Amino acid sequence: MRWLFVKDLQILKRSPLLVGLLVVYPIAIALMIGFALSSPPGKPTVAILNEVPPGQGTISFGSQKISISQYAKQLFDSINPLKVSSRDEAVAKVRSGQAAAALIVPSDFPAQIESLVTQGVGSPTVELILNSKDPLERQFAEQTINARVNEVEQAVSQQVLRVAVNDLNQVLNGGKLQFLGQNVPLLGLRNSRAIIQGTLASLPPNSPLRPALKQVVNFADLAIQGLGFASPVLGSIGKPLTVDTTQLAGKTTPTATYAAAIAVIVSLMFVALLLASGLLAIERSENAYSRLIRGLVSPSGLLSEKVGLSAVCAGALTLAMAMLVSLFVHLEWARFPLWVLALGFGGLAFGALGVAIGGVAREVSTASLMAFLLSLPIAFLALIPANAVSGTLKSVLDAISFFFPFKAALQAVNNAFSGTSPEIWGPLLHLAVLALAFAALARLALRRFASR
Amino acid sequence: MPSAAPVARRSSLRFESAAGNSLHSLSTSTETDGATLAVREVTKRFGSRTAVAPISFALEPGQLVGIIGPNGAGKTTLLSILAGVTPATSGKVLQPAGKIGWVPQQPALYSKLSVAENLRLFARLEKLDDPEEAVGRMLAQTGLEDRADDEVGRLSGGNQQRVNIAIGLLCAPAVLLLDEPSASLDPRQRERLWEFIGGLAGGGTTVVFSTHNVAEAERYADRLLVLVDGELLFTGTPAELEQAVGGGSRDFEAAFVRFLHERGH
Repeated sequence: MRWLFVKDLQILKRSPLLVGLLVVYPIAIALMIGFALSSPPGKPTVAILNEVPPGQGTISFGSQKISISQYAKQLFDSINPLKVSSRDEAVAKVRSGQAAAALIVPSDFPAQIESLVTQGVGSPTVELILNSKDPLERQFAEQTINARVNEVEQAVSQQVLRVAVNDLNQVLNGGKLQFLGQNVPLLGLRNSRAIIQGTLASLPPNSPLRPALKQVVNFADLAIQGLGFASPVLGSIGKPLTVDTTQLAGKTTPTATYAAAIAVIVSLMFVALLLASGLLAIERSENAYSRLIRGLVSPSGLLSEKVGLSAVCAGALTLAMAMLVSLFVHLEWARFPLWVLALGFGGLAFGALGVAIGGVAREVSTASLMAFLLSLPIAFLALIPANAVSGTLKSVLDAISFFFPFKAALQAVNNAFSGTSPEIWGPLLHLAVLALAFAALARLALRRFASR
Repeated sequence: MPSAAPVARRSSLRFESAAGNSLHSLSTSTETDGATLAVREVTKRFGSRTAVAPISFALEPGQLVGIIGPNGAGKTTLLSILAGVTPATSGKVLQPAGKIGWVPQQPALYSKLSVAENLRLFARLEKLDDPEEAVGRMLAQTGLEDRADDEVGRLSGGNQQRVNIAIGLLCAPAVLLLDEPSASLDPRQRERLWEFIGGLAGGGTTVVFSTHNVAEAERYADRLLVLVDGELLFTGTPAELEQAVGGGSRDFEAAFVRFLHERGH
């Protein structure tokens, strides 16, 4: 078996293009997946046409003023704004694809809001122009802008409520009112009632003013009660719900570390699968298999050599990759022996799956194609979050993932990198069982391996 | 191929034959009786299809035996069974001593390795005492010393076949099995090949080869096994086969065709 190992290494050494692709391609795929998972979502480019004249972006009601500009800044922070000077230009930007959407704020927008707030009249409207060519991009832009507009709406509502509550308190308790540049003292309902009650007490019992003043006092009592109740209610409407968050015991994998684990496992999977399946199929395509098994090497010995070689090569490559990634992402070096263990067991399991594929496919090109067709979907299925699908579908996906090494290998490597649950021993056992099962399948496939 | 002394034709009449349509009566032997290789009632079935019907025969040391028959007769299957590549469905292959070397029809070589590396690999897998000596010997014997470091994938078909045969000879076998050895060779290379094979047989190696080229079999084989649809129809010398169809024919191929025709094939 040792000489077969040497022979295969010699063959790989003389296939630099193949080895280069085998190393570079899975690393590239893995890094892309890792970056995609760990990067924040991109900002859509949105053409902005603000027709509100400068200096008029303020809403006044009562003694209060609200500046809309500060809320516009929040919107701009969540998009890539592209300022335009006309509606036609905005439409042109969207049509050409330079912008995913265009937002047009009409010149009377502050006045529309002021009218709604002070008189309850009107429906302030901004115009959103979307490009329907790419539905995903359209949806993303629409969602982003709607989310920001809702936030602005809420913020303005809260501000208006604060102002309203403040004004109610002044009506209730008295204060000062800004009017035409003058500070006008406001008596307030409580003070007014106190004055009227004092006046009532000083009147003779049969005074004709007594019933009327009694009515005013009663009204003042009711108004004070009502407004006293409304004030805190209005204050709480702005943010009625609070979310109390509890984190269960156990470490959480940082996103970047998880992305690194995914990148490493994807590389391990590709290299081990392609090597094992290809190297076994080569024995048939070179017509050497029948020569080998005439007593030179047992079929089990041949399979062991292919699995071992692919596991060693894939494991060494991904270990080096992990060490390099650790320069940029925190991986726990104190757990390095577990890195080796996780990658070793993962390599063996993928290698065994590879020889099973090679034994069934019997030709190098078919084996490579089968390796890709099987591995990519299984890997993606294993990465789907549990709460993203219904219960039945989740069970089906879990069952599929159970019979392939990807998820167990990912759990093992994730634990090795960061110490998060589940513990490494369960996944390692799972990988060992899968390795044996696929090796047995490969052994069965070898029965008709040499036949034409 | 280096030239070897021409082998004197033997007229060995030791044969076993199959039941059914065989020309000769059945004669059994329970021992190999000094035979290099003995085949006892070997059959091979693939599902419902019988590739090799019960066949029995024995081979003497130094014999040059040709297996001939039309396409699909079971020649390659029989050789694979003798080589131990394909297990027989029933029957026995008795091999008293020595190893069996096997040269498949398609060269079984690693194209990315050099000639020497291929020889070295198989010499090590054969667990030879001195693999390097064996490699040197085979390179000399097959005349490939100056191509030792060339990648096999870059060699011509003829040279690849030389390496193929060299690997089969690494273990100094008592019996060498060759499946269509001259199929990919030009006339000059074929001549050299047969000289080489004749030398092996002269040295005591039993050589069994299959071929479509009936004239080649008639010219070089001491003994013929005629296989048709898995059945062994004849075993004997080429002259005996000609006599079986009345003799007197100057064209062995025509005699062979007539032989098959008379037996309904």
